[in-house]
Amino acid sequence: MTGPANLIFYALAALTVGSAVLVAVLPNIVYAAVALLFSFAGVAGLYVFLSADFLAATQVLVYVGGILILILFAVFLSNRISDVKISNPARFQWQAALLCLALFGVLSTTAVRTVFPLKHGLTYQPTTAEIGELLMTRYLLPFEAASVLLLAALIGAALLSRPDGKGKGSADMEEPK
Amino acid sequence: MGLDKLLVISAALFCCGLYAILTRRNAVAVLMGVELVLNAANINFVAFSHYVSRVIGGQIFAVFVIVLAAAEAAVALAIFLRMYATTGTVEVDAADQLKG
Repeated sequence: MTGPANLIFYALAALTVGSAVLVAVLPNIVYAAVALLFSFAGVAGLYVFLSADFLAATQVLVYVGGILILILFAVFLSNRISDVKISNPARFQWQAALLCLALFGVLSTTAVRTVFPLKHGLTYQPTTAEIGELLMTRYLLPFEAASVLLLAALIGAALLSRPDGKGKGSADMEEPK
Repeated sequence: MGLDKLLVISAALFCCGLYAILTRRNAVAVLMGVELVLNAANINFVAFSHYVSRVIGGQIFAVFVIVLAAAEAAVALAIFLRMYATTGTVEVDAADQLKG
């Protein structure tokens, strides 16, 4: 792949990795959440380059539209707006940076030096129909297990986030003291 | 672009997520790190499915990872809100009530 496609690929890669670095280092957690949005969007773009159109759409719908909104809700509900200290100092910064850089070095050297049995003739075809067929045939059991898990997570989250006080009957989040 | 470049991108995402998990004190920020790590794993699945494998199983696995990430995020954030209502903070160091 050459020309503009290559350029777009590198731009997406830079967006993804740069935003991920910002998520890791930005002290303000709201800024970190917004950087996470761009990182997720960049990953969705990378999926398009890997002929995973269904996954790209799912990434946008679930991650950008769902998980990020949840995270922002949690940020806003768990910080007092009047509180100046919305961010908190990180710890073990040097040790963690050293560890992560070393790990990145090892992983990327391994990835570059290993010779993978690449297949010839890359194809770019829509995958939604194939994924749907496989989910209903070969991967039916994990599919059903995932549906049960989602139901359990739904009930568990609803139970956990209810305020205490059995007699109050109010479904709103309580104002913390 | 090629498989090795995608693997390097995924390694960078993983290391950023690991750094966030290790250094952050706010539990929501730790959860953001976990999401980054899951995304790195997903990129690897899809990249190998595209460049190496002849079947589409990697993409199916990535779909399941996304499902698990959504469920995990919902439950984790519910726990964080519960913890905030109980202790008044979401710092991970504050959740030490079982400490002897």
